[in-house]
Amino acid sequence: MAGPDSAGAELLTGWGRTSPTLATVHQPDDLEQIVSRVTAPSARGVIARGLGRSYGDAAQNAGGDVISSRHLDSVLAIDVDKGTVTVESGVSLDRLLRTVLPLGWFPMVIPGTSHVTIGGAIASDIHGKFRHGSFADYIDRMRVVTPATGARELEPGADADPFWATSGGMGLTGVITEATLQLQPVETSRIVCDTERATDVDDCMDRMLAGDHEYRYSVAWIDCLASGRQLGRSVLTRGNHATLDDLSTHDRSAARAYEPRTLVGSPPWLPNTLLNELTVRAFNEMWFRKAPRARRRHVEGIKQFFFPLDRVRNWNRIYGSRGFVQYQFVVPFGQEHVIRRALEHFSAARIPTFLAVLKRFEHDSRSLIGFPMPGWTLALDIPTAPGIAGLLDRLDEMVVAAGGRVYLTKDARLRPELLQAMYPRLDDWREQRANLDPGNLMRSDMDRRLDLSGSGSGTRRGRTEHLQ
Amino acid sequence: MKDALGDVQSVLVLGGSSDIALATVRKIVGRRRARVVLAARKPQSCEAAAVELRSLGASEVHCIPFDATDFGTHEIFVRSTFDRFGDFDVVLVAFGVLGDQARAERDPAAALDIVQTNYTGTVSVTVPLVNRMRTQGHGTVVLLSSVAGERVRRANFVYGSSKAGIDGYYQGLAASLASSGVHVMIVRPGFVHTKMTEGRKAAPLSVSPDEVADAVVGGIARRRDVVWVPPAMRYVMMILRHVPTAVFRRLPTS
Repeated sequence: MAGPDSAGAELLTGWGRTSPTLATVHQPDDLEQIVSRVTAPSARGVIARGLGRSYGDAAQNAGGDVISSRHLDSVLAIDVDKGTVTVESGVSLDRLLRTVLPLGWFPMVIPGTSHVTIGGAIASDIHGKFRHGSFADYIDRMRVVTPATGARELEPGADADPFWATSGGMGLTGVITEATLQLQPVETSRIVCDTERATDVDDCMDRMLAGDHEYRYSVAWIDCLASGRQLGRSVLTRGNHATLDDLSTHDRSAARAYEPRTLVGSPPWLPNTLLNELTVRAFNEMWFRKAPRARRRHVEGIKQFFFPLDRVRNWNRIYGSRGFVQYQFVVPFGQEHVIRRALEHFSAARIPTFLAVLKRFEHDSRSLIGFPMPGWTLALDIPTAPGIAGLLDRLDEMVVAAGGRVYLTKDARLRPELLQAMYPRLDDWREQRANLDPGNLMRSDMDRRLDLSGSGSGTRRGRTEHLQ
Repeated sequence: MKDALGDVQSVLVLGGSSDIALATVRKIVGRRRARVVLAARKPQSCEAAAVELRSLGASEVHCIPFDATDFGTHEIFVRSTFDRFGDFDVVLVAFGVLGDQARAERDPAAALDIVQTNYTGTVSVTVPLVNRMRTQGHGTVVLLSSVAGERVRRANFVYGSSKAGIDGYYQGLAASLASSGVHVMIVRPGFVHTKMTEGRKAAPLSVSPDEVADAVVGGIARRRDVVWVPPAMRYVMMILRHVPTAVFRRLPTS
């Protein structure tokens, strides 16, 4: 194993395993090393990388430096009175849960995997099955190392502009090194959940609108291969934190236990054709049939409810060596037809995709280029195949026309010219970002592809690179 | 940057008047607003193509001079091109001459002209090009090779041997770049109807530049090592490679 700040050339991809590029990966273990790396990186800039769960190219930097947060893995302080925890940015949600859950505390926002770092969760301003806020809404303070300022403390109140440029800022303002999170008290590590089947997408959305207020967490899993009258048939799963009274006497003895285990691993190599329309159709059919028509007050563990896919390590490999993209977009309430049209497109294209996830947001991300907005969000994995590019380009147009946006953390193929329409506060973000990084030293492949930072078409900056 | 589904945003063409290369670039700019640089011995000969590519959606198109046989200029050419235009997602190495086989068999200068353009010139520009691609840590270098190099024939062995040589060079190059982030792809078309082959009798399985372009674009997206056009050519050549010499010499296409 490599030691602290040891540097090595590494081919990096996102979770979708597409577009590998080479970077020099550093693994610093103290602030000084990070400051010197961020303020004086190599000619092709620097970006932070956590557990590599962004699907696309957000945490890779072709020909440049990458700062891995692997050694920033300490839980620094827990304030049991205020219900806050201070951690280094490389601490994963899994680690955080193991630490705080036995003490009766729980993060406010939990995504669909526990294998993300706190730094990455802030830089993506991630969301989950909770509808009223995203991750950075519950950050009390953070420390970020920017090219302009070196190490700097940011609080959402006193430093709103740099704070909300860094939260959701895709790592392009600097490297987050630690953060203090607000937690919520819980009595148990279980979720009391209700499951019901919806016959089609309209039925599903109706049920969500009618009943979501009774639940803290809500998600619908949609069979994308179903068509016609079954278009958007789905299983709706919603739940609340269980109280002690909800548990059986037997379970009460270990009410706050948290032992997520990986059940199986996916082998390193699987054929590109393993997932085809037939195998996936069969899986989806089985999955829909096995779900109860309606099941009330079922008690599930945290991992079972929030992280179903974490049970298969490296599940991203099932798509074969060509990899896959995840397409996630949000459209405002009133634009439900876009969800329906998207499902029609996917169904008609017979894309062998497992379940799509449908959720509702009732909040706006406060990040200047954050994803959540009040509305419906649909996410699905799509194996890379000919024809997909054109299909997704057409969906982008519909999303833009509806006033929606695609999620940058999932993106690996958006056209740069749509960015401005999807993210109306992009120019504000660029201005704030430029204050923190006037020399454009923070760089990622995503920035080169989408020209997020607006510092000239990503590749064009090659000129200044050479002059440095 | 090339995206996850293989669409690219910047292309450099060495041999900017190549029919196959231009057909490929047309497809690329139809998908994304790409930046295109066409390098040719006579850059003014690319101007018409530049106008067309802009109308098809290219964000910018530049025509710049490049002489494949002026070896001493290649290093400076590569440096100044990348410094001026930035990274390239795709570099199409598309220059080459067919030459006059009959003349090349008698006139050393004519033979050398073919070899120096197709083999020596390609090696000469590839070395600095690949150094630069390694530095940027991403991108695809596409060599337009030919089935003519797969088993060299009596009819065009000067050209065929130059293609055999450069094809071999690129096979080794691809292996050397395996974990560099740089992807090397060799394209081996059969007979293509282009200005280079105008007036010649088409061989079986002949294709259009457009068909080659489709194969190139698809190969870039899938990070293929070798692309045969048409795909059946792979099996035809597999057989031809093993035909005994006495028989091979009697084949009508030899």
